[in-house]
Amino acid sequence: MTLTINGHPTDAAPRAGQCLRTFLRDQGWFGVKKGCDTGDCGACTVHVDGEPVHSCIFPAFRAKGREVRTIEGMRGADGLHPVQEAFIAAQGFQCGFCTPGMVMTTAALTQGQRADLPIALKGNICRCSGYRAVEDAVHGIAHTEQAPQDAPSCGVSLPDPANHAVVTGAVRYTMDVPVDDAAHLKILRSPHPHARIRAIDASGAYDVPGVIAVLTHADAPQACFSSARHEVSKDDPDDLRILDDVVRFVGQRVAAVVAESEGAAEEGCRRIKVDYEILPAVFDPEAAMAPGAPILHHKDPATSRIGAPERNVVGEVHGMLGDVEAGFAEADAIYEGNYASQRIQHGHLETLGSIGWLEADGTLSLRTSSQVPFLVRNALADVLSLDPALVRVACGRVGGGFGAKQEMLTEDIVALAVLKTGRKVKHEFTREEQFTAATCRHPVRVRVMLGARRDGTLTAMQIRVVSDAGAYGNHSVGTLFHGCNEVLQLYRCPNKKVDGFAAYTNTLPSGAFRGYGLSQTVFAMESALDELARTIGVDPFELRRLNVVRPGDAMRAYSDHPHDVEFGSYGLDQCLDLVEAALARDESVPPDGAEWATGQGMAAAMIDTIPPRGHFSDARVRLTEDGAFELTVGTVEFGNGTSTVHRQIAASVLATTPDKIRLVQGDTTQLGHDTGAFGSTGIVVAGLATERAARAMAERLLAEAAGAAGVAPEACHLEDGAVRAGATAVPLSALAAQAGGTITVEGHSTGSPRSVAFNVHGFKVAVNRGTGELRILKSVQAADAGRVLNPMQCRGQVEGGVAQALGAAMSENLRIGPDGVVETPNFRSYLMPRFVDIPRTEVLFADTYDRLGPFGAKSMSESPFNPVAPALANAVRDATGVRLTHPPFAPDTVHAALAASGAACE
Amino acid sequence: MDLNTIEHVQQPGARGEIPPFSPGDAFVGGGTWLFSEPQPHLRRLVDLSTLGWEPLRVSPEGLEIAATCTLAELNAANLPAEWPAAHLLADCCRCLMGSFKVWNMATVGGNLCMSLPAGPMISLSAGLEATCLLWAPDGTDRRVSLFDFITGPRQNALRPGEILRSIHIPAAVLARSAEMRRASLTRHGRSAALLIGTRDRTSGAFTLAVTASVPRPLQFHFPEAPDAQTLRARLEAGIPPEGFYDDIHGAPAWRRHMTVRMAEEIRNALYEGDRA
Repeated sequence: MTLTINGHPTDAAPRAGQCLRTFLRDQGWFGVKKGCDTGDCGACTVHVDGEPVHSCIFPAFRAKGREVRTIEGMRGADGLHPVQEAFIAAQGFQCGFCTPGMVMTTAALTQGQRADLPIALKGNICRCSGYRAVEDAVHGIAHTEQAPQDAPSCGVSLPDPANHAVVTGAVRYTMDVPVDDAAHLKILRSPHPHARIRAIDASGAYDVPGVIAVLTHADAPQACFSSARHEVSKDDPDDLRILDDVVRFVGQRVAAVVAESEGAAEEGCRRIKVDYEILPAVFDPEAAMAPGAPILHHKDPATSRIGAPERNVVGEVHGMLGDVEAGFAEADAIYEGNYASQRIQHGHLETLGSIGWLEADGTLSLRTSSQVPFLVRNALADVLSLDPALVRVACGRVGGGFGAKQEMLTEDIVALAVLKTGRKVKHEFTREEQFTAATCRHPVRVRVMLGARRDGTLTAMQIRVVSDAGAYGNHSVGTLFHGCNEVLQLYRCPNKKVDGFAAYTNTLPSGAFRGYGLSQTVFAMESALDELARTIGVDPFELRRLNVVRPGDAMRAYSDHPHDVEFGSYGLDQCLDLVEAALARDESVPPDGAEWATGQGMAAAMIDTIPPRGHFSDARVRLTEDGAFELTVGTVEFGNGTSTVHRQIAASVLATTPDKIRLVQGDTTQLGHDTGAFGSTGIVVAGLATERAARAMAERLLAEAAGAAGVAPEACHLEDGAVRAGATAVPLSALAAQAGGTITVEGHSTGSPRSVAFNVHGFKVAVNRGTGELRILKSVQAADAGRVLNPMQCRGQVEGGVAQALGAAMSENLRIGPDGVVETPNFRSYLMPRFVDIPRTEVLFADTYDRLGPFGAKSMSESPFNPVAPALANAVRDATGVRLTHPPFAPDTVHAALAASGAACE
Repeated sequence: MDLNTIEHVQQPGARGEIPPFSPGDAFVGGGTWLFSEPQPHLRRLVDLSTLGWEPLRVSPEGLEIAATCTLAELNAANLPAEWPAAHLLADCCRCLMGSFKVWNMATVGGNLCMSLPAGPMISLSAGLEATCLLWAPDGTDRRVSLFDFITGPRQNALRPGEILRSIHIPAAVLARSAEMRRASLTRHGRSAALLIGTRDRTSGAFTLAVTASVPRPLQFHFPEAPDAQTLRARLEAGIPPEGFYDDIHGAPAWRRHMTVRMAEEIRNALYEGDRA
């Protein structure tokens, strides 16, 4: 077979059933991405004879004789295609994994299609951006700014340093490396929600040509661990084995087949015979905690750190401040309501995956898609009883995270396979595995009781929270505590009470998800506050102003236990004012027709800027022989934008421009430790370490220059490329030479004390009482991010958080059927927002400077998600009089709710 | 995705070269669905695109659409001006959940043979009262109406080895006035209900096809223009509440509500518009 790829004729022949996507990647064209492998996300878009197609569903045999162009073949007069230039200028991406497909699609649009992007881009999913940046790129609107030559670059919208590589397909994500010599690993997964494995007969698998090994529980260490990763590994219960002889959810690993090809590994899985003893299963967390329920984990609570295994309780939280009974007694109005937030998936476009091998010196080396390479290294060493010094975990660029990659879900089985076979082993999740065997946001039910006086003062707040952990404890304890914390800490009420439970069920394990437990409780609380405000006739903005914490107040959720959270800055008052004013000046026109009801709503949210219990980062700055700086950090780039900001921070301290800072990141052999980029810590923890390392370098350079020039260090200051020492400028290269070639300094941060950040969201909506359709007329979010180090990127984080939250609020629902089987295992059934589904959000920033964060900055990654769903529900309530309590608010749900309360039209 | 169990691909150039059917065979139209799900039971693909069927053929009798006609070709069709219902071709292309890039590959026949309730080519064929030409492996042909071709979700009248060759839309139907209405949980998502109504401009007869909200396409024919009550009564009598399709793309009660509502919108647009 001959075809032409990017102008290169090739006579390579695809396998009979191969799709064009993998065939192109086999030829080394790694710009062709796998997002879904089902023709839905568009990340694999290429042109065949000039026509754009989804290469994952294009039979490779049909490419015969044709001309294929991938992102690597896009060219313009001056090197880049104009569409690539536009995506750079607008920074129309965050993680960048969807970008090759976006560029290939955009480049193929007609004038008419460009005018109708909702249709033209419906086959391209971006999970990070919320599509505003994509739209701007398509329309040629630029946002990036150049670094000023004579002023610090913090506060400037500098571009992602990898932008050129992102838009040309040259950037290397986890799987974008040649794996010709690798074996492939596929997993046989449980069809039963709860079963004991009596026997596994793998002989049939070994009959398949190419099968190298079959791993079962007999090959796995007895040691239990948690797939959740935290600085303190004992924070999460040890209830999971790499391969177990009991399976507790449909989709759990039963066996792994390692083979010379993916096809052989898949066939091996199909040939394995498993004898299951079916065990009773429980799918509801309340039922799981009731007497007589099937027990999932028969373990010692002391050693496993499972809260109460005999009641299926992973963990619980109980606490009270003041006296809620007395608080309710003095209330003029009491509101009580039940809310439930559903299971949702992260939807990062790069699926989980890792490649492992043994180095010549015996080091176990992994290249993986992770937010926490250092913690994965530690966990692998623990679980497999290895010397941590002989385990290396490194990341390329990572295609989205959102909390999903604060887990060890592929690395353990790959490491085991490498150790068993001695081979290089590759394991890449399918999109279906992302839905059926990765993790999801915890489904959480919340009962809220609030009391207030007539003047709006809160007298009592009480919540009962039941979180569905799924089959393994994972992040359930952390999300439960976090979910019960800031939601109450935000308000000054003297009487507060919490009872929270996380319970095991025989379902997909829940895990870390943007917001980390808060989005579900904030939805309930902010909805309930809206109802309370209506009852007593107080404006919802006023209700917040009356009751929110202000600097000087004690920040207390449900206990007096001392903590390390401080008001490093405070911008909530500004956020409330900004959103209120934006809604007031909005002049959007509601749709025509008597069936449309319009209204507005708001909600507030607070977040501690750093997770508790320690979050550590090292950073190293090295002055190289040629006078350039090399900055080494642990933070992985997965669309969080931290690569840009680390360089801005270092450059600002070192009086240079960010392009002169070479960044090395995400590799455990390069640095002592980094807890990882979760809990929105990429800037506030790792960035602080960078700032400290850079300041240490600056001090050292001044001292070196002072010594060389014979002046006092106070008489010296840094310039770009030199130190000005009195009248002379000492070049940095000379200082490096003077110090013996290079100068290396380190910085360190500990994640304490912590500050607080705020987000307020406002919506105007129109609801069609005849169809249930919910239309957003205006969306505005105000964020208190401290000093905004990169306004373009920070805006993108807010927009992306809002978009992901709108998906959760309006369409996404990871449904599990009565038999424990996931019913939405792909992007066709799991309804993630497309371009058309996300309105523009006006993003406003409070003007604050945090005394704890680097250059005054605070975290702003997770928190924009949290106030969105309640603000939307409050707007619908305002429009229709109907309170929605169970997202997603899809038209069928909305219409049913309207009909049930007599508010629907025919 | 890769279909790793496939061992052979056959690309016949003529009907006589189509290999005898055996278990593990699949016919490939565009391949857009086939390659979107694991197919471990398949061993051989028979590519229909090499048969060289003319995508669209206009005749005095009507429009013949080859099964291998892509949605892109259908969308770009330039049809006689005396066929006012022809706008439905492009309208229905836009109802495919897949993007315009999928239109470049997906075929009309593939969409019909998938037989999903939400298949927009099924809606189109139902609304325009198409008949399906089927090729049997023994060389014989048969024609069945669309309403007999689709027998349920993912079920159709194809016998083992049988191929959908083309669909035929009568000129008389294309000459009618037509209206389409669609409901979906997301703006451009999969159809939860898709209704097509046509009005015979001579007789005034009204024909309504209900698709996507029901397991298989249903047709309601009114020799004379119905009033709103008559239409509603016919729909409610014709489709009991439990007759609406239940999957993740819309609750049955809402599909029922939207079906009745959109039917009236169509009736109103086709008939009341005149009076206004």
